[in-house]
Amino acid sequence: MKPRSNWTRRSINFMVMAVSTLSSFIGIAVLVWVLYEIIYRGIGAFNWDFFTKLPTPPGVEGGGLANAILGTVVITALATLIGVPIGLFAGVFLAEFGLRSKLSGPVRFVSNILMGTPSIIIGVFVYAMLVVTVRHFSGYAGAVALAIIMIPLVARTTEDMLNLVPDTLRESALALGVPRWKTTLDIVFKAAKKGLLTGSLLAVARVSGETAPLLFTALNSPYWPGWLNKPTGNLTVTIYNYAMSPYTDWQQMAWGASLLITLGVLFLTLCARFLLQEKK
Amino acid sequence: MMMPAEKSDNLFCSLAGLVDERKTSTTVDSDPSKQAVKISVRNLNFFYGHHQALFDNTIDLFANQVTAIIGPSGCGKSTHIRTYNRIFELYRNQKAQGQILLDGEDVLSPEMNLIDLRKRVGMIFQKPSPFPMTIFENVAYGLRLHYRIGRNELADRVEMALKRSALWDEVQDKLDRPGTELSGGQQQRLCIARAIAVEPEVLLMDEPSSAIDPVATAKIEDLIEALKEKYTIVLVTHNMQQAARVSDYTAFFYNGSIVEFGRTEQIFKKPAMKQTEDYITGRFG
Repeated sequence: MKPRSNWTRRSINFMVMAVSTLSSFIGIAVLVWVLYEIIYRGIGAFNWDFFTKLPTPPGVEGGGLANAILGTVVITALATLIGVPIGLFAGVFLAEFGLRSKLSGPVRFVSNILMGTPSIIIGVFVYAMLVVTVRHFSGYAGAVALAIIMIPLVARTTEDMLNLVPDTLRESALALGVPRWKTTLDIVFKAAKKGLLTGSLLAVARVSGETAPLLFTALNSPYWPGWLNKPTGNLTVTIYNYAMSPYTDWQQMAWGASLLITLGVLFLTLCARFLLQEKK
Repeated sequence: MMMPAEKSDNLFCSLAGLVDERKTSTTVDSDPSKQAVKISVRNLNFFYGHHQALFDNTIDLFANQVTAIIGPSGCGKSTHIRTYNRIFELYRNQKAQGQILLDGEDVLSPEMNLIDLRKRVGMIFQKPSPFPMTIFENVAYGLRLHYRIGRNELADRVEMALKRSALWDEVQDKLDRPGTELSGGQQQRLCIARAIAVEPEVLLMDEPSSAIDPVATAKIEDLIEALKEKYTIVLVTHNMQQAARVSDYTAFFYNGSIVEFGRTEQIFKKPAMKQTEDYITGRFG
């Protein structure tokens, strides 16, 4: 047996290191490039009108995306109201009550599949359920589509976060005579509060940038959202429409909308980061 | 098993039916004193799935006495006391068979109200586990849960519980700080305060001082001494000196069975069983 040469070992080590460093640089470079383009081209669209005025036809000066901004906020908020509680309680079932149940395995499995389902399929599904049946697009349908995307995300993080709470805490609560539901809501939730909040925030951040499900449900509109029972303006579909249009002023608006969404998601992610770090 | 008949009759009528079974119970060779039985365990078997962890445990715990449970790791000490408040039911696949009578009421019966049972049988765990709340709320939580209580009385009772657990002087200025900010020993005394605030009848202590320093341990031992005036205490411990110091009775567990049970002096000075002697003299375990 001949000993392996040191030279070979070193060169392989160098190669692996070089490839992984290069890969990470490529990844970061693309990200920086995208961010740079969005900021560079989007910042010019930001002005008072952008945030306060309704859109104007191409070529007409002024106008903004106030309706789409409001629409995105309202649809996302409604989706959060529907999706987070359902996801939260599904997570509670998986982590706390489903232990003795045969149902928890299938629930977890389906939830994983749902998490990996392309969002456009959710969009088409809600289109068939809530748009075709009432024969018009609506902000509600959009909120429901986003909520469906949120449920498995929230359920999964909730389960993980609740599993991090030590059983000794559950035991001491139960040993004091605290009923099971109260142990979960009063004590386990309190212990996992930051994790649950973080998970919900990340789910909101994730859906606030979704386009495909809204394209089939909320569609888009140049008017104020009103009661959401008609096509509802929103930023992502606006980006889709405006960016594809031949008008430079609309394209400019699309850049502005892109920047705004990016900033929103960044803000939510930073909030989540901050919460998690404070946790220790 | 020595148990004064007249006591058992007037206090726990249903115990009368157990007289016959007493023959099968572990022999206690001393103390026919006037102690009332608080918890009476008969032929308790315990299973983790298919694995049997306790075998025919039979023992009587006397009211207002400290009973220490000693034995090597994994011999079933904790498993045994975790049946008294049915806390094991949190987990899948764990089940207990046999009879545990608390003042004559069958703890393991499906009719037993768990919340009521756990109010009567408090528990302190090895790892201090304060709730994620303020020091005050940690103690007040159980009180509010079990009693309708006004704000002033609540404050009084919290203070009383903290005084009885010898923690008041250290925390009276920071009742609104999170309980988790306290040191390990203080946290454990907070847990004791939390448990005694609701006025239980029995206090189960599962190695309460194994995770804390000697000074805090000494405080907790003093506390046990003081608490037995009001409560029946069951103390699981790895520390034989501790058992000898604080307990009135001692049960020696080995491989899920109760090898010997008796007055603590007797167990430590002239154990009847060879296994007990070997363990106490440090020949194994």
